[in-house]
Amino acid sequence: MSIEFVVHEEADGVGVVVIEGLKAGTECNGWIMQEDKIINFKILDDIPIGHKVALRDFAVGDTVIKYNTDIGKVVAPIKRGQHLHVHNVKTKRW
Amino acid sequence: MQQTFLGYRRENGRVGIRNHVMILPLDDLSNAACQAVANNVKGTLAISHPYGRLQFGEDLDLHFRTLIGAGCNPNVAAVVVIGIEPVWTQRIVDGVAATGKPVAGFAIEKNGDFATICAASRKAKEFVHFATELQRAECKVNELWVSCKCGESDTTSGLAANPTVGNAFDKLWEAGATTIFGETTEITGGEHLVMERCATPEVRDRFKFFFDRYAKVVDDHKVDDLCDSQPTKGNIEGGLTTIEEKALGNVQKIGRKAPVIGCLEKAFPPTGPGLWFMDSSSAAAEMVTLVAAAGFVVHFFPTGQGNVIGNPILPVIKLSGNPRTVRLMSEHIDVDVSGLLRRELNLDQAGDKLLEMMFRTCNGRNTSAETLGHHEFVMTRLYESA
Repeated sequence: MSIEFVVHEEADGVGVVVIEGLKAGTECNGWIMQEDKIINFKILDDIPIGHKVALRDFAVGDTVIKYNTDIGKVVAPIKRGQHLHVHNVKTKRW
Repeated sequence: MQQTFLGYRRENGRVGIRNHVMILPLDDLSNAACQAVANNVKGTLAISHPYGRLQFGEDLDLHFRTLIGAGCNPNVAAVVVIGIEPVWTQRIVDGVAATGKPVAGFAIEKNGDFATICAASRKAKEFVHFATELQRAECKVNELWVSCKCGESDTTSGLAANPTVGNAFDKLWEAGATTIFGETTEITGGEHLVMERCATPEVRDRFKFFFDRYAKVVDDHKVDDLCDSQPTKGNIEGGLTTIEEKALGNVQKIGRKAPVIGCLEKAFPPTGPGLWFMDSSSAAAEMVTLVAAAGFVVHFFPTGQGNVIGNPILPVIKLSGNPRTVRLMSEHIDVDVSGLLRRELNLDQAGDKLLEMMFRTCNGRNTSAETLGHHEFVMTRLYESA
């Protein structure tokens, strides 16, 4: 089975796209490394390799979890399957 | 894991994997003479740097520690030092001489470049004859000092290349080797994870001291949230969104097993085997130069988007988990661990693959950065010259 995105841990709210040229509307398989599980859902945006996909809906002010740890705060609403990056998430430091 | 390799055992007992005759400038003014000597005498390695004038206090101490440390590095067989004047030149010579390796200093004032280059070239030629007769001998893995620093990281770094280094570091720790990591600001968001790994409350306090000291530098000088600097443009292009995310990927390099047994000021050598932290910039060439000066002989450099760094005396082994980088920048990558993201390779196998390349490098294989002539030697400055 091909893997389109990878998730560090089941508690995480994001996955990382690991193939090039992923288009909006694609049904994707995600591998959760820590628990060795596969999840499946539809990607809503074109997402470049290495960039993140939201695994759930986020509201402004929510915390994003990756590595089962806080990686920053949501500054614009994000839907499950959308591209999550600097346009909708910012650091809580500095 | 392999337990031995063929290295160079130096006069002070340390083990190196390269055999350079280094032509080392005390200051910016002496670069030209050093280059001329290296042009005259084949098989020498001239280093260039832009500093050494009117520095003072801790910044001057770090200047000397970096240059003396580079000369003392076991990858260096012998050193010719050239400086504008004799007193500080001799300070470098004396520092390197403590290792027992051949070293000689030359000063330009009252001689000019021509006479200096002539005398230094004769000595450099003598040192090349000496170095080229040295033989590699069997050395043990616990005699190795291995450093790590990642660069142009992306999300694949935290998923693949950095955990591969962590796996290799765990195995090196079990074998009794000396390992080190640094990049103080790039731990921001993962500092609690490093603190949990510190062996004693004293080590933890020392780490916290370095972390807070660097955070204050950022706070004192920042004009925004460091977007585009930390994470870098390249990091963001590669999908990393915040410093916290970058840091959590970064700390994968220290593996899961070894306690952090000590924290060092910039360019100070560790005092025993185990995993060490060194306070350092997160800029690749600065950090790698500091660990080279501390005496490390082989370096693991995971990259996501494709940082091309090398170092004149510390061989840099580059690995990447990003299949696009491995394809588009293949001449820079020594170890491809992109199979981790396709489930073709597990972490244990990836760690072994890196260690196999490390032993080949120790036995003499030139790294990609060495073959491409990447000689980034970048000295860290603490503040302005007087």
